[in-house]
Amino acid sequence: MSVAARRGAATPYLLLLPGLMWLGLFFAVPLVTLVSTSLYDPNGSLREGYRMTWHFATYGDALQAYWPQFRRSFGYAGTATVLALVIGYPLAYTIAFKAGRWKNVLLVLVVAPFFTSFLVRTLAWTTILADDGFVVQTLQAIGLMDPTGRLLATPVAVIAGITYNFLPFTTLPLYASLEKIDHRMIEAAQDLYCSGAQAFRRVTFPLSLPGVVAGTLLTFIPAAGDFINAALLGTPSTYMIGNVIESQFLQVTDYPTASALSVMLMATIVALVVVYVRKAGTEDLL
Amino acid sequence: MSTTDTAARGTRGDGTSSRPSGPRSPLSAAMGFAGRHAVVVAAIGSLTYLLLPIAVVILQSFNKPAGRYNTSFNEFTLSNWTNMCAAGGMCDSVVLSLQIAVLATIGATVLGSAIAFALVRHRFRGRSSINMLIFLPMATPEVVMGSSLLTLFVSMQMRLGFWTLLIAHIMFTLSFVVVTVKARLSGLDPNLEEAARDLYANAWSTFWRVTFPLALPGIMAAAMLAFALSFDDFIVSNFNAGNEVNFPMFVWGASRRGVPPQVNVIGTLMFVVALLAVVGGQWAAAQRHRNR
Repeated sequence: MSVAARRGAATPYLLLLPGLMWLGLFFAVPLVTLVSTSLYDPNGSLREGYRMTWHFATYGDALQAYWPQFRRSFGYAGTATVLALVIGYPLAYTIAFKAGRWKNVLLVLVVAPFFTSFLVRTLAWTTILADDGFVVQTLQAIGLMDPTGRLLATPVAVIAGITYNFLPFTTLPLYASLEKIDHRMIEAAQDLYCSGAQAFRRVTFPLSLPGVVAGTLLTFIPAAGDFINAALLGTPSTYMIGNVIESQFLQVTDYPTASALSVMLMATIVALVVVYVRKAGTEDLL
Repeated sequence: MSTTDTAARGTRGDGTSSRPSGPRSPLSAAMGFAGRHAVVVAAIGSLTYLLLPIAVVILQSFNKPAGRYNTSFNEFTLSNWTNMCAAGGMCDSVVLSLQIAVLATIGATVLGSAIAFALVRHRFRGRSSINMLIFLPMATPEVVMGSSLLTLFVSMQMRLGFWTLLIAHIMFTLSFVVVTVKARLSGLDPNLEEAARDLYANAWSTFWRVTFPLALPGIMAAAMLAFALSFDDFIVSNFNAGNEVNFPMFVWGASRRGVPPQVNVIGTLMFVVALLAVVGGQWAAAQRHRNR
């Protein structure tokens, strides 16, 4: 019996109450006001105030008007998530199995991008991918790119930016699950005449699946809502749903439409995550 | 060393079932070697991708831009560092970011640590829904969190500014604090607290002399994480700051008119401070480990 239990049942609730009230008031309640704002009369305005008219049609109208941006968000986020997995896996694998005493140094290097501002390092990509930058120049010199071609202000730049920004979110959970693998399992596979590739496919990779699921979720969710990369590295033709939500709230101030888009973004992400986690068979993660 | 162990076994595993034992051909050995190193080569490529922008940020902080846009390296200068506040409004935005980050860190660390203690050290009903309420903010895209909070403030007719910004920052850093402190607390040996009580310490002194000092590294880590998240937040802030401008919002605004090179100075400074904090933290942990 712990001391606190003997002292009565009030203590845990006193500890929990302030923090949970904060989350309830400023996280849960806003989700309710977001939904109710989306159902306000679309003819109202911020200045005159909105009336509640249960106007569900806003959802259909908003989806129709911004379908390209909506689809693009999930397309870009999905592509970036797969790329981050492909790029992050060898890195996580090397840190977990081959780094030896350099492990901690490499882990610090993986999180190093977080040490500087998200916006400043995204802006750095405008320098790297600039038309007169060395990446474009090199690609053009070896003939992989048109002399007039460019990277900046294209979907490639936006996806590269998103992949870069969320790559540590993929790499760290992958590392965590690879690190936990008992080396003897891999050795056993090899003692049973598995080739290196077979041992990886049948033993190492399946054992790292919890990391794959966690890493891809941690990348996909913020990527789908991101609008910084699309705004800084792209053009209006690469804008994602986040760009629309931002401008509808802050410049156009069409609150019902903006709220409806925000609700649909959240609902789609939740639906996709539930399906994905079911498919991957790792419900215990949630 | 375990790494060389697995490496050696990796080559041995290359033999096919038709040739289960005996020395292996030089070709398969060479391919195994290349295969092993392909992973390392790919990893170096990934690291370059991660670190290249940081190098660019540092380099650009010493650049004297040719025109309005600081995009290509023109001429080395120290003037961005010596005239840091010459970029109009930038230093004010850094000060606001620091104020919000300090206050949000204190708020979130106090509220979040209390939740973590309750969750790890107490049994009570409703745990799973509480865990859900803590998990959800971390799984919600920032644009949804920021915009929904905006609809709340607008419907409550609250004036957007410093206080709404602070409320938002405590909200989205809180869950990260809970998770970090919880991880530390659940790794602690409950026997230590048991022992303190056996030695007639009351609940209060058990907490302050045993539990709290043991949890402190976790609380410090949580506070550092909260500070970093708050200082660098753009999306949620952008929705709830009203006319206030924090540093990321300053960069966002400046990106349309041409970013002053001083922005890269702040970016570099952030990097150096964070690196020192992390390296210092690891060093301190190593020292503690050695003294034990």
